[in-house]
Amino acid sequence: MANGTTVAVDIRNAVKRYGEFTALKTISLGIADNEFFTLLGPSGCGKTTLLRMIAGFEDVTAGEIFLYGEEIETLPPHKRPVNTVFQNYALFPHMTILENVGFGLEMLGQSKAQARTRAGEMLELVQLSQFAARKPAQLSGGQQQRVALARALAPSPKVLLLDEPLSALDLKLRKAMQIELKHIQRETGITFIFVTHDQEEALTMSDRIAVMSAGELQQLGSPRDIYERPRNRFVADFIGETNLLDVTVDRIDGGIAECVLDSGQRLSCEAADSVAPDSRAHLSIRPERLVLGHDPAAPALKAQVRETIFVGTDITTLLTLENGPEITVRSSNSARGNKRVFAPGAHAFVAMEPGAARLLVD
Amino acid sequence: MSTVTDVRTYRGFFTVTVLCLVILYAPLAVVTVYSFNASASITVWEGLSLRWYSDVFTGPESAKFKQAAINSFSIALIAASVATAIAVTAATAIVRGGRFWLRLPSLGLITLPIMVPEIVLAVATLIFFNAIGFTRGYLTILVAHIAFCIPFAYLPIQARMQGIDDTYEQAAMDLYASRAQAFRRVLLPLMMPGIISGFLLAFIVSLDDFIITNFVKGAGVETLPTAIFGSVKQGIKPNIMAISTMLLGVSVVMVTISYVVSKWDNTK
Repeated sequence: MANGTTVAVDIRNAVKRYGEFTALKTISLGIADNEFFTLLGPSGCGKTTLLRMIAGFEDVTAGEIFLYGEEIETLPPHKRPVNTVFQNYALFPHMTILENVGFGLEMLGQSKAQARTRAGEMLELVQLSQFAARKPAQLSGGQQQRVALARALAPSPKVLLLDEPLSALDLKLRKAMQIELKHIQRETGITFIFVTHDQEEALTMSDRIAVMSAGELQQLGSPRDIYERPRNRFVADFIGETNLLDVTVDRIDGGIAECVLDSGQRLSCEAADSVAPDSRAHLSIRPERLVLGHDPAAPALKAQVRETIFVGTDITTLLTLENGPEITVRSSNSARGNKRVFAPGAHAFVAMEPGAARLLVD
Repeated sequence: MSTVTDVRTYRGFFTVTVLCLVILYAPLAVVTVYSFNASASITVWEGLSLRWYSDVFTGPESAKFKQAAINSFSIALIAASVATAIAVTAATAIVRGGRFWLRLPSLGLITLPIMVPEIVLAVATLIFFNAIGFTRGYLTILVAHIAFCIPFAYLPIQARMQGIDDTYEQAAMDLYASRAQAFRRVLLPLMMPGIISGFLLAFIVSLDDFIITNFVKGAGVETLPTAIFGSVKQGIKPNIMAISTMLLGVSVVMVTISYVVSKWDNTK
C-alpha cells in the first residue's frame, strides 16, 4: 500500500481460536480505500474466517479491527457499515427480488417507498429490473448472484465483503461476472474484499492479493508480484503452475546464486535474501518460461520427453530430467510461439529464459 | 418405477388393501350413515332424515352439548395458541441455540409426553393438581391441555426450522437488522407453515382428548368428548351419531389444512 492512501480496513494482530484449534494465527493487514483486495488460499486456510470477523459473524479472540479508523471488532454485525455477498447468496426466499434488494435500506430506517426506488435503481445496475416482482427461486444461479450483489450494494456500504460469490457459477458466467464485478468496483469506488480459492480469479480481478495458508499470511502483494516473485514454496506452488527443483546453493556472488541440481548440472539465478551458500533450496521455474530445443547449448538441461499434451491454446510437454526430477514446459500454440512437438521417448534440451528461475526456501 | 418393484403386482395386494380400508373405515361409515337415519333405533334403517342433527341443537340434551362445545372449542383455541407460542420459542432455542449440553435432554423432554401412555399422564396431572390444591374445573382442563399440546405443536415447527439455513438470519443482520428484526422479518415468516401446521395439530389433539380431560375436569364442566361419553353411558341414541359425525367433519377439515400447510412453500 502506498503511503498517504486512506486505510479502509486495518487488521491488527487478529487471532481466531476455536477451543484448542487456531483458525487464524496472528495476522495484520491493511486494506486501502477503493481497493479490490483478495484473500486467496486453499480451503481451511482461514480466509473466510477473517472475512466473517470483519463482517461480525465471528468474534475476534485477540487483536483489533479498524474500519476507517473506528474500532469495530466488538460491534454486532448490524452496526457495522459493511455488507456481504454470501457464497450461497442467502436471498430471502419469501421476499420478492425488489424486497430483497430494499431490505437493508428499510432496516436503516428509510421508508418503504424510498427503499423501493433505490432498490429499483440497483436492479437496473445489474440489469434485472424485469425480475423485480419474482421470488429468488424463480431466478437462475447467475441472476441470483447479481441480486445478491445489488442487495449488498444498495445501502452503499463502506466496504463490500464477497465470500466466494462466483464458485457456484459455470465457467463462462464466472468469467463474465469477474469482469462485471471489477467494473462495478471501479464505478462505485467501494472497497471490495473478495475471498476465493481460485488463483486465476484472484489474479484477474485484484489490485492486491493476500495469499493465506494454514491460518497464516504467506504473501501480500500485487498479482504480478505474487506470480513473478513468490516469497516461498507454498505461494509459488499455489499460484499458477510451476516446476520446483531441489538444488544446493553453491555460492552467491553479486546477487547471483549458483545452484547445483542433484544431477550435477548448474544453474544460476537471482539470490533470495534468506538463502545462504551451501544450503538446500528450491528453484521455481514457470513452465511458460522454459524453451524446448534439439541443441545441447548450455545452460540447457538434458531431458527425455514423457508426454505431449495438446490443450488448445498451449502445448504442454512433460519431461524427465537426468537423475529423476520431472519438469513441465508449456509453449504457445501459435506460429510465433515455440511450437515444437516432441514424441514421447525423444530426447530434448530444456533452456530457460533469463531471470525465469527463482530461488525459494520452504 | 419398474414393474418388479411395483407393489401393485404383488399377489394379494388388492385383497389386503380392501381389508385394511374396511377395518379402518367401516365403523366410521356406519356412524355417518346412521346419523341420517329417521328411526329412533340405532340399528333399524327407516329412511333419510336430518332429525337427529336438529335434535342435537334443539333436543332435550341440546343445552348440555352446546355448553360442552363452547368449552371444547375455547379450550382447544387457547391451549393450541399458548402451546404453539411455547413451541416456537423452544424450537428457536433448540435449533438455533448452538450445542449446549442440555440440548438433547431438552429435545427428549419436550417430545416425551407423546410416548408416555396417556392414562399415566392423566393420573400424574390429577395428582399434581390435588397436591397444589388447584380446584378442578375449566381452568384445570385448560392448563392440562396446554401442557400435553406442546409436543404436538413443537414437532412440525422444529421440522420446518431445521430446513432453514441460518445464513438467512446472518444476511438480515448484515443488512442492518437487529436480532429481533431478523427473527420477525426473516425467520418467523419462513417458519410460518410449520407454526400453522403445529397449531392445527395441537387444536385437534385438544379438541378430541378424553382421558386426561375426564381425570382433571371438575363436576359439571364437560367438553364434547366427556359429554358424549356421559350420554352413551345411558344408552346410544342416534343424536350421538350426529354429533360424532360433525366432530369427525371438523377433524378431517383441520387435519387436511394442517397437511396442506405443511407442504406449502412460501418461497415460490
